Amino acid sequence: MERIPAMRQEQYERELFRRNSLCLDLWSILDEVKDPEIPVLSLWDMGVLRDVQREDDRITVTITPTYSGCPAMDVMREDIEIALRENGIANYSVETQLSPAWTTDWMTDKGREQLRDYGIAAPNDALEQSGRETPENGVRCPRCGSVDTHRVSEFASTACKALFQCDDCFEPFDYFKKL
Amino acid sequence: MHDELKQAIITYAVRLGDDALVLGHRISEWVSHGPFLEEDIAQGNVALDFIGRSRMYYTYAADLTGNDKTEDDFAFLRSEREFQNHLINELPRGDFAYSTARQLMLDVYHNHYLSALMNSKDETLAAIAAKGVKETRYHLRRSTDWVLRLGDGTEESHQRLQAAVDDIWGYTNELFEHDLLEQNLIKAEIAVDASLFKDQWLAEVSEILTAATLKVPTTEWAVRGGREGYHTENLGHLLTELQHVHRCYPNSQW
Repeated sequence: MERIPAMRQEQYERELFRRNSLCLDLWSILDEVKDPEIPVLSLWDMGVLRDVQREDDRITVTITPTYSGCPAMDVMREDIEIALRENGIANYSVETQLSPAWTTDWMTDKGREQLRDYGIAAPNDALEQSGRETPENGVRCPRCGSVDTHRVSEFASTACKALFQCDDCFEPFDYFKKL
Repeated sequence: MHDELKQAIITYAVRLGDDALVLGHRISEWVSHGPFLEEDIAQGNVALDFIGRSRMYYTYAADLTGNDKTEDDFAFLRSEREFQNHLINELPRGDFAYSTARQLMLDVYHNHYLSALMNSKDETLAAIAAKGVKETRYHLRRSTDWVLRLGDGTEESHQRLQAAVDDIWGYTNELFEHDLLEQNLIKAEIAVDASLFKDQWLAEVSEILTAATLKVPTTEWAVRGGREGYHTENLGHLLTELQHVHRCYPNSQW
């Protein structure tokens, strides 16, 4: 894949926000919390983890839902709580923030790479990058790299993915929809 | 926020939650009955989007209400007469053409409604809308594709879809009407005035129906009452199934 070295604006802003945080230790703890549906991807790389604040002894973690009905959200919340408790933190709350709405633009480059390794095409793997709609074909196959692929269904194993099939290696694969 | 306004916003949020929950439940009835596997999965996904949306509206209403109210109180512990959803949402799932026709009319509607609600002075409602409108664009593409496919398909699929459109048509008027409570919230720039986009809705739905070789109904009839809690027979049956477990095992958590 062609690579452009500059960091995307959305990612730059997120990285900057995190680096300027006063509780870097907490962000590192939360890096261990993965998406239950895609267990290679951390909540940070997914773009779900928004903020961590420490006020005296009180820790507040802010997350954002991906899709309105995403059943993984409850599990994510529990996993965050478990991670905090395992690190000796007892006084915490996990808040949900709806606005601005989550977008796949917040997914980190590392996260996109991990998705591909896991067999899922990343949101920016579509040849046609205009608009937010899932194309009918031309999403790069995460297994063989071919772009000779076609869409089977706009909705796949979870709400955030569409189902594709590769016409070169014939493997079906999920494409993480742009949202 | 003074009490009267707060109470109105609670009712409004619950109504929007009722619309989403009842429709989400209806769509979920297709799971394991879809025409093929991918479509079955798509129905499940779309249903989840609506049920998730209802949870956000109910949770907001619960937060405003206080007194330890939760989303579950609204979803599971109200009777039929307390639900205030638009009637179109509670109509039975019917055959696949029937569900498809309803979905198209509602997806076009939601696309306008949520886009407008994003500008609400109420920040939480605006945020829920911003989240929902992205999903609705996906829903609309799917329902449009299906209407074209069935309408311009076989003789039977065409007939069934036309019959469905004719059957449901009179339930769409209610979507664009507002009672006093909503009118007041519209004045306060909190609620959406759907009458403003009724013509556009009609034009867009007509264009898709026409492209699918279907006739746009011209009959003049309208059924209304959902926002006042007067329902068709269907809602009671739906709630019986939806609330059964929660009412049998009150306060259980899982």
